[in-house]
Amino acid sequence: MAEVTQLIHQYLRHNKKFPLVFCPGCGIGIVLGSLVRSVHALDIPKDDMVVVAGIGCSGRIAAYVDFNTVHATHGRALTLATGIKMASPHLRVLTVMGDGDALSIGGNHLIHAARRNIGVTALVVNNFIYGMTGGQCSPTTPFGSYTHTSPQGQMEKSFDVVEMARAAGANGVYRGSVFHAKALDGLVQRAMSRPGFNLVEVMTPCFTQYGRGNRFRSPVEMFQWLKDTMTPREVYEKLEDKTGKLPMGVFVEHDEPGLEQRHAAMRQALADKGGAGS
Amino acid sequence: MGKRVGLEVSLAVAEAVKLANVDVVSAYPITPQTHIVEELSVYVASGELDAEFIPVESEHSAMSAALGAAAAGARVYTATASQGLALMHEILFIVSGMRMPMVMTVANRALSAPISIWNDHGDIMAERDIGWIQIFAENGQEALDLTLCAFKIAEDKRVLLPMIVNIDGFTLSHVIEPVIIPDHAEVDAFLPPYQPVLKLDTQNPVTFGPVGVPEVYTEARKQLEQAVIGAKPVVDEVLAGFGAAFDRQYKLVEQNGKIGAKTLFVTMGSLGETCMTAVDELMAEGQDAGQTRIRLWRPFPEEEFLAACAGAEKLVVIDRALSPGAVCGPVASELKSLFYGRPGAPEIINVIAGLGGRDVTVREFKEMFALAGSGKLSGNYMMWGVESHAS
Ligand SMILES: Cc1ncc(C[n+]2csc(CCOP(=O)(O)OP(=O)(O)O)c2C)c(N)n1
Ligand code: SF4
Ligand SMILES: [Mg+2]
Repeated sequence: MAEVTQLIHQYLRHNKKFPLVFCPGCGIGIVLGSLVRSVHALDIPKDDMVVVAGIGCSGRIAAYVDFNTVHATHGRALTLATGIKMASPHLRVLTVMGDGDALSIGGNHLIHAARRNIGVTALVVNNFIYGMTGGQCSPTTPFGSYTHTSPQGQMEKSFDVVEMARAAGANGVYRGSVFHAKALDGLVQRAMSRPGFNLVEVMTPCFTQYGRGNRFRSPVEMFQWLKDTMTPREVYEKLEDKTGKLPMGVFVEHDEPGLEQRHAAMRQALADKGGAGS
Repeated sequence: MGKRVGLEVSLAVAEAVKLANVDVVSAYPITPQTHIVEELSVYVASGELDAEFIPVESEHSAMSAALGAAAAGARVYTATASQGLALMHEILFIVSGMRMPMVMTVANRALSAPISIWNDHGDIMAERDIGWIQIFAENGQEALDLTLCAFKIAEDKRVLLPMIVNIDGFTLSHVIEPVIIPDHAEVDAFLPPYQPVLKLDTQNPVTFGPVGVPEVYTEARKQLEQAVIGAKPVVDEVLAGFGAAFDRQYKLVEQNGKIGAKTLFVTMGSLGETCMTAVDELMAEGQDAGQTRIRLWRPFPEEEFLAACAGAEKLVVIDRALSPGAVCGPVASELKSLFYGRPGAPEIINVIAGLGGRDVTVREFKEMFALAGSGKLSGNYMMWGVESHAS
């Protein structure tokens, strides 16, 4: 307990109103906790951290953490982060985006950030819904699910974030869940300590906007669902019947240098030739 | 005869869109527009409205899909606000340039940064030059009625332009008001099915939006300008027709308070109703006060506005948007251009108020009136109620 209190004092802004703005039973607070624990575990100085948030409930994380934070527009967190990282490669840049942010309005940026392999960590907080605007279907809303804009059941297929990031060329791709908080901490730390573009999809419940309309009777049931569904990848792959299961863990780990590192190497090569600017 | 119900204004707008028998709704959610499109998606899902609802991935896509649907000959509706409208910006010009009728509700909301979900007119004032017809509603009934009229205006063969109905975010979109919902048959009689002049058709192929080389671009823009200017009498005619059919009268510019008063407030949108109360109180106190409310913003109703302000010596123009570095706020700027060089032009006092959801109360309007009377509101404009947070 004392340790938790110490982390709160060290990493959360003192002038913010508590409790957090999130609904009771929301998982985003656990993502916030995981972020703070990961920065602490990796011993990253607070002032070296930049959190770029999208707009949405998940983006509210940026309001609480005592790092450098930017809260700009819905969908553009990764483009901002790209600019920050290229201008100041020494900063540790992390984006927090909802599924709407990352995959609908900002979907284009996600594939390009992955392809470019920019040195940014992307947390994609997947709650299957546009939470903040009141529960409309998103690109991860499961087929057939009910939302305010799919009252007849979602008729569009959903994205597999992990496969998409993999195909687009991300250096690291991970999936975790807020029920499995310890494992999540491990994944976030791993993603934050590697070069290039690393994405962690975090499965998290939104009872208020998604669960209630989809046969969950309480936030607890949604956590139970995560517990039953999310399966370590190694176990998942050996399952004969994979129905109702989703793999989590490490999916991709390449060691390619990030784009900013390639630029630095280019500059170094020019300098070695005695060329640049002379 | 219609029925009178207590209804959230967003739902009243959705009701109007349903009554208009739209074919396609494409939208991306943004506060404070969400309730309108959510309600429409429910109508579609329940079969109450036989339309396609497309929950696209951004406003840029919402406007693009709307454009596509309009090109295919559909009656199209969308709604947005603030950042969403800004994201549509690129396509808005193309819709009007291609002369595609459609109707959009903008639930006016401030633009970032800082992030604000609350009401002002910053979003729409950044879109003054898009070539759409733009109108402002002051209350829930008007929001419903103008939405119905908008389809008829936009689709009129003399117009063929898209149209925006502005409703103030939250102060209008989220309040429950008594509204009369017309019968479907009455609306059908008023608004016949849409007959596109041009549409994508394999039997009669057309090209929309080809390159306009320097030899034709100016002429194409001239045509658009003529269409927008020429829409004014049609707006007038449709509003008059609506009045005759539904017994609710709307003019391009409205007046209240003392007609011919020396000092007039000029307002646009829901703040006009608060101002009306202030004007009533001022008159009861024996003051020489009146008010002119602008309903139609594009095309700007020049003659109607001039007539409504005849005899006035001072106009206190309320702008709910700031144009940083400009001579004054957007509405005042429009009016100064209108009056420039006219003999007997009134003094134009510009107050920028009600930004980002800041309330402007009856008492404050009365304060403005007093300050204007004592000559203390001089300068190009003043930003009302700015507090110093310096410590
Ligand atoms: C350009 C633009 N369009 C729409 C919005 C409205 N908006 C704010 S958050 C949001 C979606 C939130 O969903 P998600 O990204 O999944 O985040 P969550 O709230 O679920 O964490 C939307 C549509 C906006 N702020 N800007
Ligand atoms: S609406 Fe959903 S995502 Fe947003 S705070 Fe509430 S539970 Fe969390
Ligand atoms: Mg979400």
